[in-house]
Amino acid sequence: MKVSILQFPGTNCEYDTVHAFKQLGAETEIVWHKAESIPEDTDLIVVAGGFSYGDYLRSGAIAKFSPVMKAVTTYANNGGKVLGICNGFQVLTEAGLLPGALKRNDNLHFISKHHTLKVENSDNIFLEKLSNGDVVNIPIAHHDGNYYIDEDGLKDLKANNQILLTYSDENGDVKNPNGSVDSIAGVCNIEKNVFGLMPHPERAMESILGSDDGVKMLEGFLAS
Amino acid sequence: MITAIINVSLKAGVLDSQGKAVHHALDSLHFEGVSDVRVGKQIVLKLDTADKTKAMTDATKMCEDILANTVIEDYKIELI
Repeated sequence: MKVSILQFPGTNCEYDTVHAFKQLGAETEIVWHKAESIPEDTDLIVVAGGFSYGDYLRSGAIAKFSPVMKAVTTYANNGGKVLGICNGFQVLTEAGLLPGALKRNDNLHFISKHHTLKVENSDNIFLEKLSNGDVVNIPIAHHDGNYYIDEDGLKDLKANNQILLTYSDENGDVKNPNGSVDSIAGVCNIEKNVFGLMPHPERAMESILGSDDGVKMLEGFLAS
Repeated sequence: MITAIINVSLKAGVLDSQGKAVHHALDSLHFEGVSDVRVGKQIVLKLDTADKTKAMTDATKMCEDILANTVIEDYKIELI
């Protein structure tokens, strides 16, 4: 299992992501944004979190034009697996690989804390180790995490089981920290090979650091 | 040389949290008669052309490709 992790100027979660996947026994490689191809034996691309290009203009807006993103788009269109975490999710929506957009949090604050999430759809490789209705404890750290999609888009997400996770309380009831439509924390594309979420599973790998619920999430990619 | 003034703002119907916060601040300062506030951003481009049609075509493409996210934002282009 080989995981290629993208690095733009301003990315800051790439080494956490390396650490998390190494812990699971995967081989990892950091790929600089100027690369025009993805390492050949890549099983999963992770667009890591951070502040690519300083979040100038909009979060993820400038990163989508990096040379590596063309290769990522080709890889995804050929069925390759791609996971965007936090800023990576923003990049994937800006690039049109995932539906919707991420707006400024409703309360205008940067939110950094552990948050519980409810698994909405586990019939995909990312969440297959979990079951629908499970609640996981994963850190969030974002300013622009307010997921927006119009009504028609939301209907499509629901009809195709594309909503992965929603923000909830510890019982799985809705608790929305940032104003996201339907409390959505993560979605996938209709083909279920491109995944994006604002919370950071790579920061929840050891219980001594608050939670190891990220293990069950990232492990899904290793099983397939 | 043509200057393109581009205003980007959240679409009508998309909640503008910054606008709401500014509205609240105006109320706190007792400015009356403000029924709504929308906050956007302005991007000013100096274009090396004298052809207004070309300038409008180019600026529109720039807005569609990068300057606005049309999932959530509208843009208006003014040429001077």
